[in-house]
Amino acid sequence: MNLTYVLKKVISLMFTLLLTAFLVFLAFSVIPGDPVTTMLGTQATPEKVAALREELGLDRPFLIRFVSWMGSFLDGTFGNSYSYHVTVRSMLAGKLPITLTMTCMAFVLILLIAIPLGIFLARNSGSIPDRIMTVVNQTIMAFPPFFSGILLTLFFGLILHLFKPGGYVSYTTSVPRFLGYLILPAVAIALPKAAMATNYLKASVLKEMKKDYVRTAYSRGNTTKGVLYGHVLKNAIIPVITFLGMAFTDMIAGSIIIEQVFSIPGIGRLLISSIANRDYPVVEAIVVLLAFLVILTNFGVDLIYRLVDPRIRSAMEE
Amino acid sequence: MKKKRLALLLSVVLTTVAVALGGCAGDKQESTSQITIGIPQDIEDSLDPMKATAAGTKEILFNIYEGLVKPDSDGNLIPAVASEYKISEEGRVYTFTLREDIKFHDGSSVTADDVVYSLERYADGQSGDALASAFSNIDDISAPTDKTVVIVLKEANTDFLSYLTAAVIPKSNADPDTVAIGTGPYRYVSRSPQENIILESFDDYWDKDNAPQIKKITLKIIANADTIVTELNGGSIDMFCRLSSTQVSQLSSDYNVYTGTMNLVQALYLNNAIEPFNDVRVRQALCYAIDPQGILDMAFDGQGSIIGSAVYPTFGKYYMPELADAYPTNIEKAKELLAEAGYPDGFTFSITVPSNYQPHVDTAQVIAEQLKEVGITANINLVEWATWLSDVYSGRQYETTVIGVDASMLSAGALLDRYRSDASGNFMNFNSPAYDAAIDAAESSVDDDAKTAAYKQCEQIISDEAASVYIQDMVNLVALNNKYEGYVFYPLYVQDFAKLRLK
Repeated sequence: MNLTYVLKKVISLMFTLLLTAFLVFLAFSVIPGDPVTTMLGTQATPEKVAALREELGLDRPFLIRFVSWMGSFLDGTFGNSYSYHVTVRSMLAGKLPITLTMTCMAFVLILLIAIPLGIFLARNSGSIPDRIMTVVNQTIMAFPPFFSGILLTLFFGLILHLFKPGGYVSYTTSVPRFLGYLILPAVAIALPKAAMATNYLKASVLKEMKKDYVRTAYSRGNTTKGVLYGHVLKNAIIPVITFLGMAFTDMIAGSIIIEQVFSIPGIGRLLISSIANRDYPVVEAIVVLLAFLVILTNFGVDLIYRLVDPRIRSAMEE
Repeated sequence: MKKKRLALLLSVVLTTVAVALGGCAGDKQESTSQITIGIPQDIEDSLDPMKATAAGTKEILFNIYEGLVKPDSDGNLIPAVASEYKISEEGRVYTFTLREDIKFHDGSSVTADDVVYSLERYADGQSGDALASAFSNIDDISAPTDKTVVIVLKEANTDFLSYLTAAVIPKSNADPDTVAIGTGPYRYVSRSPQENIILESFDDYWDKDNAPQIKKITLKIIANADTIVTELNGGSIDMFCRLSSTQVSQLSSDYNVYTGTMNLVQALYLNNAIEPFNDVRVRQALCYAIDPQGILDMAFDGQGSIIGSAVYPTFGKYYMPELADAYPTNIEKAKELLAEAGYPDGFTFSITVPSNYQPHVDTAQVIAEQLKEVGITANINLVEWATWLSDVYSGRQYETTVIGVDASMLSAGALLDRYRSDASGNFMNFNSPAYDAAIDAAESSVDDDAKTAAYKQCEQIISDEAASVYIQDMVNLVALNNKYEGYVFYPLYVQDFAKLRLK
C-alpha cells in the first residue's frame, strides 16, 4: 500500500464528512421548527425566545454557527446537547456500542448463514434443496426487517415467552443478557441480507465454475473439492465482499428502524428524538458518525480486496 | 478435519444462543420493591424545575421537588417545605415557617436562604407565563431567621399561594440543569438518554405518614406507541398512563385499569385574527356544527367530560357545567349563521394537528367529517411537534388546531390568563376588551367569592364569543400491573409515585 493511496483516501474522507455535516446544517435551517421554541414549549414568550437564542448562540449567522460547531467537533466534545445539557460525546459513548454490537452480530450471522449455504447450493445446483432454498430466499428477501422484527417479537416473545418484548438490558447491567436481547433484532436485520448474500455467492461460484481455468484445474486431476476451495472460491468471493460491505453500511443505517421496533436505546433512537427536538448538535454528530462508519467500511472493503486478489492491488497502485 | 471444525463452530454458536436466550427467559423481577413505569417521552427540556416546560417533564419532577406548599389529590394546598404559614389580614404579607427536620436529597438542611434564592430565580422572569406574572407582584422576599421566610406583595392576591408550589432547590447546586436536588419523596439517581430515568425513594423524606413505598422507580422511555401494549403484556413495564381504549382492550388480565381525566382543555382552537374566524358568527356556527358527544363516541369509546369553555370539571368551584350545553348541535342554526356571515356555501380551512398526539388527530378527523354536513371542508395538516410549537403556538401562523391545554396550578388564572388580548400564550389571538376587564377584576380581587364570580364571567365571555370550539377533558386510562396498587389521580397534570405500593 503506498502513501498516495492513503492520502487520497483520507482527503476524500474529510471532504465527504464536511459536505455531510454542511448539508445537515443546511437542512435544519430550511425545515420548520426551531430548537428554542421546542425547548420553551408552551411557555415561550418573545423575550424568552430571544434570550435563549442568544444563550445557545443561535442568533449568529449560519456560517459562523457552522464554523463554531466544527470547532466543537474538532475538540472532541461534539458540542453540547440542547435537550440534555451534556456533551454530545458523552451521550454517544453510551449509545454507539449498542448499535455497533447489534450490527456486528447481524454481520456475523450473515457470514455464518450465507457462506456455507451459498457453497452448498452451488455444489448442488438444480437439486431439490436448491429449488426449495431459492423460493425461501426470495420470500425472506421480500421481508423488510421491521416486519420480520414484529413477527419475531410476537412469536418468541408473546407465544414462546423466550424473549421479553422491550426488555432491553443495558450492557452495563449484564453483558450476556444484553447480547441475548440483541439476538432477535440482529436476526431481523440479517435475514434479508443473508438471503441476498447466499444468492450472490451461489451465482458467483456457478459463474466461475464455467471458466476455462476450472477445466484446466480439473484436467490436472484435481477433485471438485480441490478446485472449489483451491481456485474458484477466491475468485467467486470478490463480488460477495462488495455486497457484504454495502450490507454492513446499510445495516448500520437500517438499525435506526429496528431499534424502534425492539425498543433499543441506541444511536437510532437518539437520532430520531433529536431530530424531533431540533437538537442539532446531536443530529450533526450522529449523521457525521454514520457517514464516517460508511466510509471506513468502504475503506476496509478496499483493503480486503487487496488481500484476496493481488490483481486489484496492482490495478489500484497504477 | 473440516467437519470437526464445522461441528465445533456450530456448537459454540448454539451454546451462545442458548445461554443468551436462557438469560432472557430467566429475567424474573426480583422481589425487592421496584417498579418500571413507561413514559412516552424523555425529559428533553431540563431537570431544572424552573426551565422545565413540558407537561411530561413536570409530572415527573412533581415527585422530586416541592414548593413551600404543594397540592394534594383533592386539589387543596397543603404545607410542604413550610410547616405553617400566616397571611396578614389585608392579604399582602405571607409569613412561612420552614420545617425543622426537612432536608434536601444531598443531605443538607433546607434554610430560608435556599427558599429566598429559589423564589428570586422565578421572580427574575425566566419561568412560565402565569408564574412570572404572579411573581412580578412580589415587592420583597426576606429571611428574618434561618427558618422563616416573609413575602410582601405589592397588591393582595388570593391566588398567590397556589403559585408557591414552585420548587425549592438548594442554593449550593451549581448545575440544576443536570443535577436534580429537591425535597420530594423521590430522589433523582441517574438517566440514560432515550432509555430511562432512575429514581429512588428518599429515606429522609419529611412526611413519614406519606413516605414513598416503592424503593426504586425506573421510568422507561417508550417512544414508539405501537409497542406499549406488547411491553405491558410482556412484563417489561408495569404501568403506563393515558392509554387509548383500544390499547386497554388488548391488555392481559395482569392489569388493573384506573379511569380518571387528563386535566386538559381539548378544543378546536381557532385563530381569531384571521378570516373567516374573526367573525363571531362563523365561530358560533362551528360550535353548533360540531358535536362533542359524536367525537367522544367515535374516537374515545364514549368516554370523556364534555366542556363548553376553557375550564375543566376538576377545577371545582370555578367550573361552569352549564356552558357545556351552550351550543347544542344544530345544523340548521349553523347554516343560518354561516349565511349571515356571508358563507352560505361554507368554506375551506385547515386543521393543523401535531402528528405525535393520536387522540388529537382522531378528533380532527371526526370534526372534518361532521363539518361536511354544513358544507365546510376541513383539511387536516399533520405536523411534527417542533413545527407545531414554532408555527402554531409561537408563530400563530395557522387557521385552526386541535390540542389540549393544561394548567400548571389549580388557579383558574392558570387556564384563563392566556385569553387576555396581550398574553403571550394567547395563540388563538382572542381579543375582547370586556374579557380583559373581567380577568383584571378576577386577578386583583381580594375577596374569594368576588374572584370566583369574576373568573366565571371570563368563562361566560369565552363561551359567548365562541373563542374556540371546546370539546372535552379527555379520559385518562392508567394500566397498573396488579402486583401494585394505589394509583391516585390529581386534578392537575402530575403523577404521584409515592402513593404506589406493592400489594
